[in-house]
Formats: sequence, structure tokens, C-alpha cells
Amino acid sequence: MAFAHALGDSSTSSGAPTTKAKRKLTPYLLLLPGGLWLGIFFVIPIFILFMTALQTPLPDGLPGQYIQTFTFSNFTEVLSRPQFLDALRRSFTYASLATLLALAIGYPLAYAIAFKAGKYKNIMLIMVIAPFFVSFILRTIAWRQILGDEGPVLDVMRFIGLASETTSVYPSSFSVVAGLAYNFLPFMTLPIYSSLERMDVRLIEASGDLYAHGLTTFRKVTLPISLPGVVAGTLLTWIPSAGDYINASLLGNQRTTMIGNVIDSRFLGNVDYPTAAVLSFTLMLSILILVSLYVRRTGTDELV
Amino acid sequence: MSDVLTATGNVKLKGLRKVYGDFAAVQNLDLEIPQGSFFALLGPSGCGKTTTLRMIAGLDEPTSGQVMIGETDITHTKSFQRPVNTVFQNYALFPHMDIFENVAFGLRRRGQKDIDKSVTDALELVQLGHLAKRKPGQMSGGQQQRIALARAIVNRPQVLLLDEPLGALDLKLRRQMQLELKRIQLEVGLTFVHVTHDQEEAMTMADTIAVMNNGVIEQLGAPTDLYENPQTAFVANFLGQSNLFRATIDSVDADNIVASDKDGRYLLSRKRIAAGTDLTVGSKLLVGIRPEKISVSTHDQLSGEFNHQTGTVRDASFFGVSTQYVIDTASGDHWMAFEQNSGGTVISAGTKVFATWKPEHAFGLPGSEDVLAGDAVASEFETTGS
Ligand SMILES: Nc1ncnc2c1ncn2[C@@H]1O[C@H](COP(=O)(O)OP(=O)(O)OP(=O)(O)O)[C@@H](O)[C@H]1O
Ligand SMILES: [Mg+2]
Repeated sequence: MAFAHALGDSSTSSGAPTTKAKRKLTPYLLLLPGGLWLGIFFVIPIFILFMTALQTPLPDGLPGQYIQTFTFSNFTEVLSRPQFLDALRRSFTYASLATLLALAIGYPLAYAIAFKAGKYKNIMLIMVIAPFFVSFILRTIAWRQILGDEGPVLDVMRFIGLASETTSVYPSSFSVVAGLAYNFLPFMTLPIYSSLERMDVRLIEASGDLYAHGLTTFRKVTLPISLPGVVAGTLLTWIPSAGDYINASLLGNQRTTMIGNVIDSRFLGNVDYPTAAVLSFTLMLSILILVSLYVRRTGTDELV
Repeated sequence: MSDVLTATGNVKLKGLRKVYGDFAAVQNLDLEIPQGSFFALLGPSGCGKTTTLRMIAGLDEPTSGQVMIGETDITHTKSFQRPVNTVFQNYALFPHMDIFENVAFGLRRRGQKDIDKSVTDALELVQLGHLAKRKPGQMSGGQQQRIALARAIVNRPQVLLLDEPLGALDLKLRRQMQLELKRIQLEVGLTFVHVTHDQEEAMTMADTIAVMNNGVIEQLGAPTDLYENPQTAFVANFLGQSNLFRATIDSVDADNIVASDKDGRYLLSRKRIAAGTDLTVGSKLLVGIRPEKISVSTHDQLSGEFNHQTGTVRDASFFGVSTQYVIDTASGDHWMAFEQNSGGTVISAGTKVFATWKPEHAFGLPGSEDVLAGDAVASEFETTGS
């Protein structure tokens, strides 16, 4: 015993400086690859983006030639244009509607897979992910057919009297929202599924044992416990939806332009880099603010 | 349906059965648990105790049979409709609620007034009032178990089902909780159905004990009755310990039975023979003696012709109040004997001894019974051996 003690002592006292230093370094070494990645592919591009936002056209230059002037007036000017503000507002509205729609479809789906699917669980999970095997663009174009004037959706709606011969759902804000909800549905479903799957079903039994009927059990036990999944799912749906431009360009029209489309056309069409950069930056910042408000509100860190 | 929640009376299980695939976890259980009694369910792991409780609670639908409270048939009602609460074997506390809300859950669902006081009292009862604001994840296993107890008991249900509710507690706390449970049960007149592995707990707390094995109830009765007059070898071995051996009936009269094997002759009282034992002369009989009823000495004390076995002490353990002997009998059995410490010396291992007992201290079981049934150590050997 005394021997072991002495041995332990000597090793910590004599070998202390090097081992301690090593121990301190280890976490940083582990962080290095990820840190480099973030630095090269995130921090530097963001910086470049920000710098681009502060450029002005080169006097007498060709279109697309800009010089660094550190003019913040780009921001005030761009953000006072109703055309851009509308697109921004529309993006957030569509993204929010699509998120709600995806939640309304994704939650019951996740619930069914987690608790009711039995031996079909894996098949159902594969079916949720299966659309990813087809290109994003193709899937979205397919919705033109589905929602088109001769498509099955309108056929059914006409049949049950919900639509007249002249009603049309594509292209419209409805088809854009539907496309967004469809495309990001797996991102909503999977996190919810995983939080439901992890939940101890005996808690549902305990709730029933304590006089709570089905709906109360859902409200008081199942839903709160799956809330982290819901928060993750809504974020994973809402954030890419807000910046998306494929759905709006393939399923929308002039009046459904989202901020992604504006950035796209400013950048590639008008070669107006500073405006595109300002819009990108604004979009990012607004998403960041809205998301942190949302996360704080739902108080996920309070959970379990 | 509201009348279900207020149903009172004895809990009656009629032909209750639960089958999983082709395995019957509970087989044709017929049982009546008197209202306001403390009923203990004892049995080895996997014998169907939890399954039985779950059917009473409404968490599992019986394959067939009925569950009744008084005259109300509750077999097909949902668990939330039943005036029954469960202390779950695995606690099943709500992880997203603090302790207070966990305990208040049942009261809130029933729209009870004055929840604060009831919850605080229940938490005081399990000595955890000071932790009301904690989450279950921040508590030890024993604390969680006590919360599970408080969460069920606060509702004062007609029937409280306790699935090993004290298993995770240390001895001192367990004794305290036992006293509290018993007090509440008597005070409020609730029916308790208590599953436990602790025989002492069952013996001291319960009015009635049911010993369960392989999905059937082997025997049911008051603790003393069960201990003194086991009806099967399983009960004799599972509840306490028994020395069992097989003998042939030589003669039978109004009060006594004489049986014998190659080592001697044994006198038994007819009152202590299990019902259904074949008493014709020449048939087999299991003779059983509890270890504390055997007296061990180096000379033949009774010196009569009945009730003694010779053997060699294999092991002697001195416990202070008593000495526990393991004796290899002449017929090759291992017997257990507890000798009160009344000042004598401990007989050392290897000594040849006489084990004797009074006729009224032996009990008889049907000769068809398996001597090793329910003997934890022996059956363990059996299964690993095969
Ligand atoms: N859902 C189920 N499917 C299949 N078999 C089951 C199921 N639930 C329980 N069983 C089986 O039924 C038997 C009785 O189980 P039960 O949980 O009632 O045992 P128990 O007496 O409570 O045991 P323990 O003392 O270990 O808690 C066991 O053999 C178990 O394997
Ligand atoms: Mg059990």
C-alpha cells in the first residue's frame, strides 16, 4: 500500500509538468480538424461575404467589377427596398407554414412508426428516407404534375366538390409551401421519431395508471418528452426552407419569390454581388435571431 | 364508467389467465383479496407476479378470466378508469416533471383540491420533502423508488399495487417504510397487493400471503399457517427452509401416522399432513422438518424409537443467537439445523451427531412431491447440472 502510494506520488510530482501540459493540450488537438474545417469553410467565407457586402461598383468599370469601399450604406439602401423586404417576409412566412404542415404530417407519422408499426418499423423508416434517393430537383418537378391542372390532386378536389373547373393550385404560394413541406418532411420526422423511440413506454402506462386518459397522457407526457425532437425537427425544416429557392422557382410564380430566388438572380443574373451579399447576410442574421428566440422560448435545455 | 372509479369491495380474480405466444405467464388464477387487507405475493423471479398486478391495474388485458372489485367487473375497463394505483417495479417516474409534479400528477387528473398539502404530506412520508423541486434524473435509485411510492399512495386508491416497492432501499430505511406502509394501510383501510422477494417483509406485514410458482398460486394463507403447514414441497422450500425426505407409511390411526425408511421410524401428527396426501399403508410420504425444530446433540437425547437421524456435521456457523449446522445424514441428504444459543458449546465439523425432533414438529406432504422444488440452491444445481 505504502509502496503504491509512494509510486503514485513520485509519478505525479516528477512527471507532472509534461503530463499536465499534455492533458491540457489534448482537447485542443481533438478540436483541431473540426476547427480548421470551420475556419476554412465557414469563418473565412463569411468574412469574404461580409466584405463583399461593403463593396461599390468600380467607377467606369464593367458590370460585376466592384471595389472595397467599406460603405455600410449598401445595407440601409438594400433593406429599404420593399421588393427585397417582401421577399424576406415571404420566405419566413412560407418556411413557417411549411414547417407547421410538415409538423402536422411528421409528428403523427413519427408516432405511428415509433409505437404502432411493430415489425413494419424498419420498412416505414426506409420509406421516409426513400425520396432522398431521387434528385431534389426531379422530386420537386414531379410536384408540378401532381398539383398541375390535370393532376390527381385537382381531380380529387373537383370530384368531392372542393374545386371548380377553373381552380388551379399550381403555380401558387400553396404549391411552394407544399413543395417545401414535402421536401423537408424527413428532417421533421426523423428527430421526432428518435425522441419518441427513446421514450420509455412504461411512462405512458404510468400516466394511465394515474387517471390520465389517452389525450391527457399525450399532452402531459408524450408530447413534452418528445419536445426536443420537435424543436430539432422544426429547426431542420424551417432553416433550409427559409433559404430555399428551388421550390419557389419550380413551383411558384412572380408573386411567390422568396429571398433565395432574389439572391440567386442578383448574384448570377445581375452580377450584383454586394446586394446579394447584403441579402445573404441579412437572411443569416434574421435566421440566427429568430432561431435563438425560438430555442429560448421552448427551453430545450430544461428538458431531461 | 364513472362508477368504476368508485367501486369498492374485495378484489376478485376469476379464472384469470395471461398467455404470451404459447407460454402461459399466469394460469387460471382464482383469488379473492379482502377489502382493506394486506396481501403479499411471493414467488421466484418470472413466476408471473408483475403480470398479475398488471392485469389488476388494467395495463395488460387478460387472455381470459375476470377482474372484479366488489360486484363491479373491471376486466374491460381502461387503467385510468380503475381506482387502482401501481408502484412500478422500475419506478416509471416522469423525467420532464419535478418531484412535486410527479406526485401531484394523479391528483391533478382527478381535479382534486388542496393538492399542495396532500403532495407535501406524501413527500414527508417518504422523507423527501426537501427535494420537491428536483427532477427524477437527479435522484438516487432508492429516492426514486420512494417517489414512486409517494406518487401512488397520495391518491389513496381503493387498491394499491406495490411491485417490489422497497427493493432498492437499505435495511433501516426499508424497515421504516414498512412501518409507514402498514400504518397507512390500516389508517385508510386500503387494499394492498404487495409483491416482494423479502420473505421477512411478507411475513411481518401481510395478513395473507400467496406463494406463486410458474403462473399458479401454490398456496395461500396467513403467514404462520403457510410456514407451519406448507401444502407443497415448493412452499416448504421457498418460504423459509425445510429438511425433506421420503418415507413409507407403516400405520395410520386417528391421530398419528408412523412412517419409516431404512434409517429409522418417524411419528407424525395427522393434523400436520397436507390435504390430499395418500394415507394408505405402504404409500410414500414426504416428511418435513424446519431447521429450527431440529435439535442436534452428540448423544441420542430422545432415545425413543422415533424421529432421529444420525449424521456428521459438515459445517457449523456460529451466529451469536444461534448456530447453524449443515449435517450429512446417513441417507446422504444435507440437512439444515438451527440450534438456539443456550450456553452449550458449538459442535465442530466432522463430529458424529444425532438430529432429533418432536412428533408435532414434523409435517407431511404427498410422496409425489419433488423434494427439491423451490429450493433455490438445490434447483440451481439441478439446472446448471443438466
Ligand atoms: N410482454 C411479454 N411477452 C412475453 N413474455 C412475457 C412478457 N411479459 C412477461 N413475460 C413472461 O412472463 C413471465 C412472468 O413475468 P413477470 O414479469 O410477471 O414475472 P415476475 O414474477 O414479476 O418476476 P420478477 O420477480 O423477476 O419481477 C416471465 O417468464 C416473462 O418472461
Ligand atoms: Mg416483476
